[in-house]
Amino acid sequence: MIALLKRDLTLAFRAGGGFGLGLAFFLIVTVLVPFSVGPQSSLLSTIAPGGLWLGALLACLLSLDRLLALDWEDGSLDLLATAPLPLESVVTIKALAHWITTGLPLVLAAPVLGVLLNLPVPGFFWLVVSLAIGTPALSVLGTFGAALTVGLKRGGLLLSLLVLPLYVPTLIFGAEVARRGATGMETATPLLMLAGITAATIALLPFASAAVLRVNLR
Amino acid sequence: MSIASKANSLWEYANPKKFLTTTERVLPFFWVSSAAFLVVGLVWGFFFTPDDYKQGSTVKIIYLHVPSALMAINCWIMMLATSLVWLVRRHHVSALAARAAAPVGIVMTLIALATGAIWGQPMWGTWWAWDPRLTSFLILFLFYLGYVALWEAIEDPDTAADLTSVLCLVGSVFAFLSRYAVNFWNQGLHQGASVMRAGAITGTDTEEKVSNIFFYPLLLCIVGFVLLFIALVFYRTGTEIRARRIKALLARERVNA
Repeated sequence: MIALLKRDLTLAFRAGGGFGLGLAFFLIVTVLVPFSVGPQSSLLSTIAPGGLWLGALLACLLSLDRLLALDWEDGSLDLLATAPLPLESVVTIKALAHWITTGLPLVLAAPVLGVLLNLPVPGFFWLVVSLAIGTPALSVLGTFGAALTVGLKRGGLLLSLLVLPLYVPTLIFGAEVARRGATGMETATPLLMLAGITAATIALLPFASAAVLRVNLR
Repeated sequence: MSIASKANSLWEYANPKKFLTTTERVLPFFWVSSAAFLVVGLVWGFFFTPDDYKQGSTVKIIYLHVPSALMAINCWIMMLATSLVWLVRRHHVSALAARAAAPVGIVMTLIALATGAIWGQPMWGTWWAWDPRLTSFLILFLFYLGYVALWEAIEDPDTAADLTSVLCLVGSVFAFLSRYAVNFWNQGLHQGASVMRAGAITGTDTEEKVSNIFFYPLLLCIVGFVLLFIALVFYRTGTEIRARRIKALLARERVNA
């Protein structure tokens, strides 16, 4: 498992693509927000938590179609499927690698981009916390979507259509934590819900992803 | 054969031939009765019930709105059940029934959303509001779209059936989760907005409040919609089975030729 994780991380770092691309996309979306809604700082600070969450979510989505497709193309996915490691673990490791290469940089970059959107000061802490707790769920859900569409020629758009509705609860609770944190309200309830969703998806969804992947590798 | 000997197990209808012959026999009954219920219910509702003292004649949109919303949800539940049957018992008719039901569900969801918007315009002063009920219906619509798109995207029918079934299971959990997450989100956003109070009137929790004058024609319409849904699903499943057969026959032709 460790070896697979190392392999995925090395591939992601050396091939460039995945690591920088998500971050750059997050940056661009954040920069575009003031252009679309206007530069008033009061307006920006109202929408900053939601805007940053949406940007992070889309940046996460962007790298999903590479998650399994590359391994599918060069056949290493077949090798992984026949390896002694259960496919459920493979899928979990894949999601973990995706989170380390995409989710974690987004979490770390979010405060910097928060400055651009005039995020209120108490919001920074809660934004980072909510993203740190919420993005693993995005990676796991994305792995499920990637496993569903792995065999398809033009799976990218379909992948977005399948995954985005699944992201709704995570987005609602994550953005709610950030918004409440930014306005100084109590954040415990949405934070616990967000953590619950993440924990449940990590615990259960790899089984669905592995089942779907087995069908696709049949 | 007597009816009793035929209907001794539900699983007999997993045989496509049996399914086709039986549905063909009962389909006319479903078409006619659903048409009868709908005509009586709608005519009664539209022309022989008084206008609401507050909502005026717009109240009559309830006869389309409530049954279609009900069937939109029930259709997804039916797809969930048939998907489970496919995953557990591998009956092709079951997977095809789920596939056949999805577009019907989309149309029901659209009818519910459209009639709701038409009612909301004069009543709430807006076509759309991010009320929990409306929002969760929109999300349900997105789930339907993804489900149908996945069916269309995959060529091998058994793979498609497997993948869409798993998507339906996972989607059900998340659709349910979204339904209540959305509740939470809106309370956090607009506390005490007038739409929220008005929103409580449209949904199922009103059934007790709806007076009997409106309730009886509504009940007829609901029964009519249920029968219409069953008829459409039987009909469309039959079409899917025949399309599958034609494909098999053509493949056999090609091998022999």
